[in-house]
Amino acid sequence: MNAGLPLLSLVIWVPIAAGVAVLATGSDRNAGLARVLALIGAVAGLVVSLPLYTQFDAAQAGMQFVEISPWIETFKITYHLGVDGISMLFILLTSFTTVLVVLAGWKVIEKRVAQYMAAFLIMSGLMNGVFAALDGILFYVFWEAMLIPMFLAIGVWGGPNRVYAAVKFFLYTLLGSLLMLVAFIYLYSKSGTFEILDFHRLPLSMTEQVLIFFAFFMAFAVKVPMWPVHTWLPDAHVEAPTGGSVVLAAIMLKVGAYGFLRFSLPIAPDASHALSGFIITLSLIAVVYIGLVALVQADMKKLIAYSSISHMGFVTLGIFIFNTYGLEGALVQMVSHGFISAAMFLCVGVLYDRMHSRQIADYGGVANRMPIFAAFFMLFAMANSGLPATSGFVGEFMVIMGSIKANFWYAFLAATTLIFGAAYTLWMVKRVVFGAVANEHVEQLKDISPREFLVLGLLAVAVLGMGLYPLPFTEVMHQSVSNLLSHVAQSKI
Amino acid sequence: MQKLYLLVPLAPLAGAAIAGLLGWLVGRAVSHWVTIIGVAVSFLASVLIFQDVMAGHTYNGSVYTWLTMGDTRLEIGFLIDRLTTLMMLVVTFVSLMVHIYTIGYMQEDPGYQRFFSYISLFTFSMLMLVMSNNFVQLFFGWEAVGLVSYLLIGFWFTRESAIYANLKAFLVNRVGDFGFLLGIGLVLAYFGSLDYATVFARAPEMANHTISLIGGQTWPLLTVICILLFVGAMGKSAQFPLHVWLPDSMEGPTPISALIHAATMVTAGIFMVARMSPLFELSETALSLVMVIGAITALFMGFLGVIQNDIKRVVAYSTLSQLGYMTVALGASAYPVAIFHLMTHAFFKALLFLAAGSVIIGMHHNQDIRHMGGLRKYMPITWITSLIGSLALIGTPFLAGFYSKDSIIEAVGLSHLPGSGFAYFAVVAGVFVTAFYSFRMYFLVFHGTERFREHLGHGHHGHDDHGHGHGGEPHESPWVVTFPLVMLAIPSALIGYIAIEPLMVGDYFQSAIHIAGSHPAVEELGKEFHGAGAMALHAVTTLPFWLAAAGVGLSWFFYLKRTDIPGKIQARFSVIYTILDRKYGFDEFNDWFFAGGARMLGRSLWKGGDVAVIDNFFVNGTARLVGRISGWARYFQSGYIFHYAFAMIIGVFVLMTLFVKG
Repeated sequence: MNAGLPLLSLVIWVPIAAGVAVLATGSDRNAGLARVLALIGAVAGLVVSLPLYTQFDAAQAGMQFVEISPWIETFKITYHLGVDGISMLFILLTSFTTVLVVLAGWKVIEKRVAQYMAAFLIMSGLMNGVFAALDGILFYVFWEAMLIPMFLAIGVWGGPNRVYAAVKFFLYTLLGSLLMLVAFIYLYSKSGTFEILDFHRLPLSMTEQVLIFFAFFMAFAVKVPMWPVHTWLPDAHVEAPTGGSVVLAAIMLKVGAYGFLRFSLPIAPDASHALSGFIITLSLIAVVYIGLVALVQADMKKLIAYSSISHMGFVTLGIFIFNTYGLEGALVQMVSHGFISAAMFLCVGVLYDRMHSRQIADYGGVANRMPIFAAFFMLFAMANSGLPATSGFVGEFMVIMGSIKANFWYAFLAATTLIFGAAYTLWMVKRVVFGAVANEHVEQLKDISPREFLVLGLLAVAVLGMGLYPLPFTEVMHQSVSNLLSHVAQSKI
Repeated sequence: MQKLYLLVPLAPLAGAAIAGLLGWLVGRAVSHWVTIIGVAVSFLASVLIFQDVMAGHTYNGSVYTWLTMGDTRLEIGFLIDRLTTLMMLVVTFVSLMVHIYTIGYMQEDPGYQRFFSYISLFTFSMLMLVMSNNFVQLFFGWEAVGLVSYLLIGFWFTRESAIYANLKAFLVNRVGDFGFLLGIGLVLAYFGSLDYATVFARAPEMANHTISLIGGQTWPLLTVICILLFVGAMGKSAQFPLHVWLPDSMEGPTPISALIHAATMVTAGIFMVARMSPLFELSETALSLVMVIGAITALFMGFLGVIQNDIKRVVAYSTLSQLGYMTVALGASAYPVAIFHLMTHAFFKALLFLAAGSVIIGMHHNQDIRHMGGLRKYMPITWITSLIGSLALIGTPFLAGFYSKDSIIEAVGLSHLPGSGFAYFAVVAGVFVTAFYSFRMYFLVFHGTERFREHLGHGHHGHDDHGHGHGGEPHESPWVVTFPLVMLAIPSALIGYIAIEPLMVGDYFQSAIHIAGSHPAVEELGKEFHGAGAMALHAVTTLPFWLAAAGVGLSWFFYLKRTDIPGKIQARFSVIYTILDRKYGFDEFNDWFFAGGARMLGRSLWKGGDVAVIDNFFVNGTARLVGRISGWARYFQSGYIFHYAFAMIIGVFVLMTLFVKG
């Protein structure tokens, strides 16, 4: 079934090796070579990740494509990789997004091209590692390592306030992660291993579970990000280059939610149940409060950043209502949000590259000059508002259907996103895209290039395809999700 | 047959795709041909399917599995029964007429291909909505028609008023969809399926099920579900208080006002409730609410039509009022009658809108009826067809609107639900109001003094703008415009006479609509029915007929005979006029309370919550605290030898003191 190839190692190390090769091209005199190499590396990364889907056995709940070899034997730390129906899609999403990021930065990045491309390729490999790791320390290493290229991406290629944003991003997420390391070490001391799957089976008292839950919570909630530890995200997005925003929104936020699924729920099921009300409250605050905050943003990137937080609230809500609809909905919402937020940030990037402004007030009537762009933007805006036939609807729908089973009022509050989501997104569209040409800068805008068309077109296909036919996405996750739910339903005390 | 079913929605979709994606390449003529052919194919297929269904072949089946969530399968599929096939005929026929009309109306618009693409996409979405056999696809069609409506209201996107109106329409509809989706959620949670047949079959056993929502209070499950679903219908079918978007939607080009905002999309809510009749029949509370909301809409929106001067807005308020009539009929459990009125209304209201568009072309985009007058000489076809449409609308015996509206009034009279007394008053009084404003418009446009010479070529630029030259006399529109008028005038005149019998006594809908034995209104109507001709003759002796005649007479007196009176009344009752002119203040209230309130709340959460508390106090506060502590700590590492020496001496002293004392 694995066809002999260590596929998971390939999806991790091919992009990293490609990144190192790109770095080797050195200065900007070889920028052209760096770009081509980066594209080859990114596409190769995508190609090696495709068999993960095509050869995936949807009837199986456990880990597949498993690779295991000793690493640091003194502490029984192993190089242990594997994916199940929960993690597999995210590796594909990461590899796909990396191709888009390379294409999107093709012309726009003119300084330190090799380093920029290398940062994103290496980041791609590291994030794949996060989703594939089955050893606690291996996971932790990938988890922390992926911060470095992102920190650099923001700090080097970012906007004027990039240093504040980069440091805020780094400290916020690092502080959260340290407690996770403490939790790992504690679990090691109890079980004598760093195997994540052994952690799942480890009996723990309620006190232990609650402490471990909070230790993980700090790490994952910051990443998601959940209200109230979300304020790093708008700053990071505003200052990050387009590629950084895309990866941040499409992938990096997902590792937080993934962490809840891989660690918090199975390791501390009783605590998860006991504290679910707390998480659900935070999630619903995220949906409503952040939805309202997004409404009044004057900066497009900030608006989309807040919209991301609000959409991620659906993910944590779906996870902690503990039913199939909600959990699968959360996973679908994560993948879909990966497409849509990437698309939205790329759209803002297209405008920013031309006008060097993210302020909504500087635009108006863009559709007059950029009709093809306007059509794409409209599509993605509608997807962001959760319109049926786009991927944005599927996840929201599933989570709302799940939460109404748990409690009518959860669904009631969550469904307000139908109104708020449409309000903040379409109001932005109205002010940016529609109207008469607002000023001479808009007058001189040129419509998207074939390269930009390709990037947005790929995402449009993804968004519509997933909206019209989401079955292939959920089919692969049923077994793993029902396995997880039955595992979580059993007490560990 | 199943391939034919697929062809019905896919033919317009293909047309929309070609015109929309390749319109720049293939040009105008190909774009309009390909979309017209697409819709024509769809219409012809609908006719074949209609015949097949009448021969007894209903169909309920899946096309593909859209999604599985755990063990729940959600399918995309078709339910082809007598209700569906009627809707398919209405939608494809009106759409075809509007497509043809658009060739003339949008002739010089630079967005010609885009427009054809949108209206074909709309036809596809609407067909998916009516042909659905499950709630998910219904919701898909529901939102998709909302999307196209949004795109078309804002078709002229450089106009501030248009892009305000389309955002407003979308958001108000989203408020309705919010309720609708929660209703669907409750259906899935309690019935375990979103398939119509499964849900309807299990509905009776759920009749006594209750759920608790607030505190310990319990509600009948089906009442909650039906009210939530109806909230969706209120949005889409513009029922009070979610009616506010429909008048503003007139910012869109006139062909879509006819197709979307009169004949088809806005009736989706009516269709939905009729489709859900097995659920609504089990909740008299919900039916009562439906009836009262419909009655409020029917009467109070009619009043607003009286003072409008924009030709399209008069028709728009008349649409609101007629949608209220359909809703009242639903509340009275007279679903077949509601669908009957939906059908007749689709023909005569599409006709009135398209005729209004023809007048707008003829008047070189002046839309103010005070600037018209005497147009019957210049636009004979538009005039006659408008007259037929207006007569049908006010319920003139033998014409289409008469049969459906009279049946509604009768059905409401037979209802015994709470609120039926008010509803009966509203629909009867509404007849007078309808007749008055319809003929006010008719007389002001087609009869009386010719006032256009003072206004042509200058002043008021209408809301519609299609690039015609200015100046000159009003003129009759080209045949592509008048042909659809004639084609719509025929059913506006005849369809009621033909269709009333099968609907009333023939049990046309059979199992497609379910009416409980305790709601006998339709059955009673059937018993009283003695033929279409007799019904029309009998009507002459009833109150609604004379109310309609009085309405026409009064408007003749006010607007042709003594044209000074309306002004005097307006001055005398200026308070009432102001209330009506401001549309009861809903727009101001919504702008202030909901839009303004949300923005204010958002701003205070952002500035107060995110920026002040979380960022400044906690995040940066922590950073500052760390900074301050490390600032102090820095004093201990100044780098000066004498500081360290001094500290050492102090330390030695302290230690010695302790030592000596100890």
